[in-house]
This record gives sequence, C-alpha cells and structure tokens, in this order.
Amino acid sequence: MYAQMVETGVTKLKDAAELTPEEQAFQARIDADVKVEPKDWMPDAYRRTLIRQIQQHAHSEIVGMLPEGNWITRAPTLKRKAILMAKVQDEGGHGLYLYSAAETLGVSRDQLIADLHAGKVKYSSIFNYPTLTWADIGAIGWLVDGAAIMNQIPLCRCSYGPYARAMIRICKEESFHQRQGYDIMLTLCRGSASQKAMAQDALNRWWWPSLMMFGPPDAESVHSAQSARWKIKLLSNDELRQRFVDQTVPQADFLGISMPDPELKWNETRGHYDFGPIDWSEFHNVLKGNGPCNRDRMRTRVKAWEDGAWVRDAALAHAEKHAVRNAEAA
Amino acid sequence: MSNEWPLWEIFIRSQHGLAHKHVGSLHAPDAEMAIKNARDVYTRRNEGISIWAVRSADVHASAPGERGPLFEPANDKVYRHPTFFPMPEEVKHL
Repeated sequence: MYAQMVETGVTKLKDAAELTPEEQAFQARIDADVKVEPKDWMPDAYRRTLIRQIQQHAHSEIVGMLPEGNWITRAPTLKRKAILMAKVQDEGGHGLYLYSAAETLGVSRDQLIADLHAGKVKYSSIFNYPTLTWADIGAIGWLVDGAAIMNQIPLCRCSYGPYARAMIRICKEESFHQRQGYDIMLTLCRGSASQKAMAQDALNRWWWPSLMMFGPPDAESVHSAQSARWKIKLLSNDELRQRFVDQTVPQADFLGISMPDPELKWNETRGHYDFGPIDWSEFHNVLKGNGPCNRDRMRTRVKAWEDGAWVRDAALAHAEKHAVRNAEAA
Repeated sequence: MSNEWPLWEIFIRSQHGLAHKHVGSLHAPDAEMAIKNARDVYTRRNEGISIWAVRSADVHASAPGERGPLFEPANDKVYRHPTFFPMPEEVKHL
C-alpha cells in the first residue's frame, strides 16, 4: 500500500516452541492487544520491519506532495487552490507524524531521508504516475486517498503505539482528502461533455495503478504472515483491494463514468465485484524505478533537500549563537 | 548526523480547563521555531489554544522494566477506591 511488500527479514514463521522466552512474552502481549511502546523490549526483526514500513509510509506522504503540488499554481479557482494547498500541507504533516513514529525506534530523521535519496527505501508506486490534467487531482483524492484510507484504518489498531497514534491522526484528516477529490470529480461530471470526458480519462489512467497500490496477492507470503502475527499488517492485500473495489464502483456509477475494466461485474454469489487481472509486470517495473516519473520525483525531492540545506544550517547556527548569548547574559 | 535539528516533544491544550496533552514530536533548531512548527504540524484544525515544547533530551521517563515495582503496589490497595466500601441503599449522598 503506502508501504508495499515490506520485508521482515524472516524466512519462515517460528513455532511457539522455537521462540526465546523474551519473544514468547512479547508475542503474548501482542496477542493480548497490549501496545508496544518505544522503550519496551522488542525482537530486532520487529523493530527493523517497522522502521522499514513506517519509513516507506512517511516517504510516500512526502513524495506524494509532488504530483499534487504540480497543480497548485494551475487550480481552476482560488477556492480550489486554497483547498489543494491545505491538502498538500496535510500530506507534509502526515509525513512528519510518521517520521517521528519511526524515530522512536532508534533511527535518525537524517538517516531516513538519506535512505530515500539513496534509493535504499521505496515509496508507494502510485506517486510515479504523472498528473496530466486537473481531473487527475480529483482522481487522486478520490481513488488514491480512498485506497490509502482503506489500508490505514486497520493500522490504527496496529501493535506499535506511536504508529497507531499517528495513523489515528492521519485517518481523521484523510477523509477530507477523499471528499475533496470526489467533489472535483462530481463537478467535472456535472459539467460540459469535455469536462466529463476529462474525468473519465483520469479514471482510466488512475484505476489500475490504484488497485496496484495494495500490492501483489500476499496470502502465501511469509513476510505478510509474520507481519500479521506481529499485528503490523491486519488484512491481506487482496482483502483490502476487494473492499476498495466494492466501495468505489458504486461511486463511479453515481458519477456516470466507468472503470476501464471490461471484466468488472457484480458477483451475486460472492457478494463482491469481480474484476479483471492486474498487470503486475507494470507494478514491478515501476517499483524498480522505471515508472513514468520515478527519476523526476527523486530529482525534485533531492533538490528540495539540498536547496534547503543552507536554511537548516543557518537556523541551527542562529539558535546556537543565541543560546551562547543568553548563557552569557544570565 | 551532526547538523540535524534537535527533537522536541509537543504538548497541546485543546480547550480552556483541560491539561496539555502530548501529541507527538518534531525537529526544530530552537524553542521559538519548535512552537511555530508545532502550530503547523499539530494544530491545523483548531486542535489547540496553547502549545508547550520540551526538548526530548530533557524528558526523563520511567523504565518499562520498573513497571512492576513502581505500579504493582497500588494493586492491593483497593480501599483507595470508593467502591471498596459498600453503602446501604437507604443512605444517600455518599
């Protein structure tokens, strides 16, 4: 999802008998829904996996500001511009909550950012697609934030306290994002024929990448099984994807536009929508760095960080100078 | 890395009459910037009317391993809770 295919470093799930006494006590607390807090003992693999997962999630929020930020200067009205700025600012805030949560696990902020810039840690595949028209801003809010909420609501109950608390704040704010996206789509679909066509075009381009956000089927994955046992992944990728499809199709019907999937249809016996196969080769290719915008996103991100270096250094020098002066005056 | 801004813990009072509550942390070069950043990061939706910023390095916390010795002694002093004392139905205002 925002964190896709998170490695746990384990090759098989251990039986209870194979766990050390410390690990057994840890698992017992998780099974009893006791939250793990920063200073509590935790297995190294749990710590490393969480750092990876929260970090991917944080980077996704920050890189996710770029495709939308692209439209701030070109929003069609002042009202839409103010709303979009507020939304993009929220994404920045979400990244900050999550970086803080990751730092409680003993990794520094600069290290997290260095890992992103060195390409050691991924962000969500979805942010490597371009925002070609204003309707894309609607589609992102509606579909991408909708998919994000689907994944994040269960994470509010995850086992790691700081992560769960960050997710609660984020989920409260995401629902504004999703609604503002749907509102853009609604306005376009109620507008002229060409505006509605623009909305349909955005849906055509964002639908499959949105379904890919949940990641490949993972019912058989040892990493997912381990993460589930640790309660840092609460539902399988396919379960979340199915829920997303089921909730989103009627919303498209209301807009009067349709998903680019000839196989999409309601299955009465399953009580769910059936949908066509996902092109996972595209997903893996985007993750490898070959999506339409991977290089551009990283270049923009690294440039922002490097261009801001003198500001960070100056602010710190200013603070240190005043700390010395205040000490001398006292 | 040496030039990383220090970490601050942020506490927000949501309404008059309530206590400040820990909401999260952030990096800032000094206290003034910590409060300014906290305003942007933690009060975008009228969550607060007052902010406290405390250097994380200045927070002293009890150790998880001491949970037993620190908190268990309270368990056998149930008489501290008013419900320990059953009161006759007829007696009011107690």
